[in-house]
Amino acid sequence: MPDLGGVLAYVSFFLAMALINAIACLGLNLQWGQTGLFNVGVAGFVAVGAYVSALLTTPPSDEHLGGFSLPIVVGWLGATVAAGAVSAFVGALTLRLRADYLAITTFGVAIVAQLIALNAQKLTGGTFGIAFIPRPFESLAAAPALFNLANFALVAIVVGVLYVALERLARSPWGRVLRAIREDERAAMALGKNPTRYRLQAFALGGAVMGLAGAIEAHFIGFIAPENYQSALTFQIWAMLIVGGSGNNAGAIVGACLIWALWSASGLAISVLVPPEFEARAAALRIVAIGVLLAAMIVLRPRGIFAERAIVSRFLDEETGGEASP
Amino acid sequence: MIGPLLSVENLVAGYEPGLPIVNGASIHAGKGEIVAVLGPNGAGKSTLLKAIAGLTPVSGGRVKLGERDITRLPAHEMIEAGLAFAPQTENVFVSMSVDDNLKLAAGPLPRLLRIERIAAMYGAFPDLERQKSLIAGRLSGGQRQMLAIARAMLVQPDVLMLDEPSAGLSPKFVEIVFSKLAAIRQTGVTIVIVEQNARAALALADRVYVLVQGRNRHEGRARDLLDDPVIAALYFGGVETEAEAP
Amino acid sequence: MTLQFLVDGLMAGALIGLGAIGVTLTYSILGFANFAHGEFITFGAYATLLIASAIGAFVAGSDQSIGPLSITWAVIAASVAAIGVTGAMALALDFVLFRRLRGKSAAISLVLASFGASMAIRASLEFAFTSRPTYFARDLQIATPIGLGLKVTPDQIALLIATAVVLMATHALMTRTQVGRAMRAVAENPSLARVAGVNVDETIRVVWLLGAALACVSGVMLGLLVQIRPLMGFDLLLPLFAAAILGGIGSVPGAFLGALIIGLGEAATVQFAGAQWRAAVAFVVLIAVLIVRPSGLFGRSG
Repeated sequence: MPDLGGVLAYVSFFLAMALINAIACLGLNLQWGQTGLFNVGVAGFVAVGAYVSALLTTPPSDEHLGGFSLPIVVGWLGATVAAGAVSAFVGALTLRLRADYLAITTFGVAIVAQLIALNAQKLTGGTFGIAFIPRPFESLAAAPALFNLANFALVAIVVGVLYVALERLARSPWGRVLRAIREDERAAMALGKNPTRYRLQAFALGGAVMGLAGAIEAHFIGFIAPENYQSALTFQIWAMLIVGGSGNNAGAIVGACLIWALWSASGLAISVLVPPEFEARAAALRIVAIGVLLAAMIVLRPRGIFAERAIVSRFLDEETGGEASP
Repeated sequence: MIGPLLSVENLVAGYEPGLPIVNGASIHAGKGEIVAVLGPNGAGKSTLLKAIAGLTPVSGGRVKLGERDITRLPAHEMIEAGLAFAPQTENVFVSMSVDDNLKLAAGPLPRLLRIERIAAMYGAFPDLERQKSLIAGRLSGGQRQMLAIARAMLVQPDVLMLDEPSAGLSPKFVEIVFSKLAAIRQTGVTIVIVEQNARAALALADRVYVLVQGRNRHEGRARDLLDDPVIAALYFGGVETEAEAP
Repeated sequence: MTLQFLVDGLMAGALIGLGAIGVTLTYSILGFANFAHGEFITFGAYATLLIASAIGAFVAGSDQSIGPLSITWAVIAASVAAIGVTGAMALALDFVLFRRLRGKSAAISLVLASFGASMAIRASLEFAFTSRPTYFARDLQIATPIGLGLKVTPDQIALLIATAVVLMATHALMTRTQVGRAMRAVAENPSLARVAGVNVDETIRVVWLLGAALACVSGVMLGLLVQIRPLMGFDLLLPLFAAAILGGIGSVPGAFLGALIIGLGEAATVQFAGAQWRAAVAFVVLIAVLIVRPSGLFGRSG
């Protein structure tokens, strides 16, 4: 007689985690899919959200500063605002410059976020991270199946609300201007729209959503540590977006679930099939596979599995010529 | 030689496969001839030159240089084939010195020949020699045009194409540039120029083509077109509005 | 207070500088920030290690240190071979990945692709060699006092000399040869370069080879002076980009100067604030440059 409770607990956990990643992926979609901005430091923005929320909501502790014991909702809100603020700063600095300066700077943000999380012991608890983060539906914690299910439902609602909100945003006048800027910047400028301002708003909003994902995950798991937010996380979220379909919110969610499934399944396979001394190497191989998949998708199907509806290609007049790069 | 040196027939070219900018244009230029390509804005004149030079994808028609079909020849092999091109804007390397610009152009030549040719070019363009160490971005518009021409002429091409050599130049410099071109023609080089300044072009050229919407609309001797006021009014906006020009 | 951090800073600067020169060239000529450049460094180091081990096993005496240096003939010969291998790897990467995206997609797609490629290469090296650090040689070097309370090891002096030679050679290549002029032309205006007779595709291949060669040398030096591990190049990436941007993208002397500044900054930070904060220096420098003068020290304004 299979342990239905155990299965339910696992499946709910799995789906909740997949959807949390989907939230980060939706944020990335806003930045890349809809605005064409390359954020190489996704993990850093997620980390900002996680730590801010944790510090706001945990009880006072000797291990770290903060500990204001505020309600979970306040934590989530603070996380969103903080991550949005960091994104706004980075964007304001780099958006008027070359496109890859944003990439390099976000890369730096992730590295510095990791550095601070690891070394600012008094602030962040150092390598031990922050524990005892209050969890939603804490009272159900004794029954894992119910607990995970309830949290999954909560995350699903958040994803649903976010999806609807982002879709409406995309179809709103603001969203239309963003699309216009992406397709033909000069035409948009001729209509009096300032591209940098729209890009900045999109970038900050996307970053804020990533922070929210970090906060939700922190409260679901109950503890955080610097090692959760390394480049592998950035890489994962990117793989989810590229595979699912950049520019497409539904694709972002599906891609997240798909890659999360692949990741979990391969992780399980490794721990079961591979002898312990080779586990690290097998894990590395998994990353090779995803890296190759990512690069292949960019070359072969840049619009992912769910292709965005075709954009009318730019009109290139006599003056501008044709070349994007050598 | 018998027959035109440069022969472009029914060329179709453009950046988007279904949207050609040049839509069946034909021009011919014989050895030592100066041919001008005129027409209103957006007619495809620049794109025509770029297509001949191999910079714009060609989807139909043919370009021949002498006996050789150069329709699909890669752009960087044109110089060696005998065809030189001076684009309109961005016609020199502004981050490199005058001397480096010329040395780059002389690239394929063996070292001694390179030195000799560059020295000869400085002889023909003494102003450039005086400023040989200057970064090209610091040159005036007129001197930049001279450098662009010197660069194109360095490898002694059979055909020289220029896209609006008078653009942005003062009338005095337009005269200097055009008399330079006339001098170049005297050495037997065939010249094809695209121009907005119809008056100057007609004064220099032997024959003229008028392009409208990517196709030939008119062809004839420059002298004949100069004398025809109706044609002038229809096609040569430059002639009519010269008084308004800044 | 000891001034030893000046020596350490100079060394760090030289190590970053070798890589930064390669980054600034590929960045300005290929037109995108190549996130896989760090992996060229790591790959070069491991390739050298592998080939040197093979040479050491088959050629008697080749694994003896040369004089007071820790480098061996095996390593020298191996690094020459490794330059070729790393170059081939870079060209293969271009052929399979970047070439298909050039001209058809926005430059940022190339950055994204390089990000994926870097992850794959790094993980491959980790798969092949595990994440355990390894070394070219096991002997410790004796640091010799040179006055003012400073000490240097023979390896460090060799590093400085090698870096100076590479710097001068690269600068001469860029300013005095046809190849260098062609590269500068392609960096500024590929279309005009074609018109001037430059084979842009060939020039791009040369740039990849040059960048990979510089990265390989950087990796070998880093391996000799510090250690070899899969993350060695990746950890250098932010300082490399920061140095190149500080110096002005496209400027070889600028990249080196930027690297020196960052190296000295890192050493000072280790001395006065603690080693754990070293990695933040590059980021601080980057932000400062982007705020004050984004075109860098020797870049064109605006």
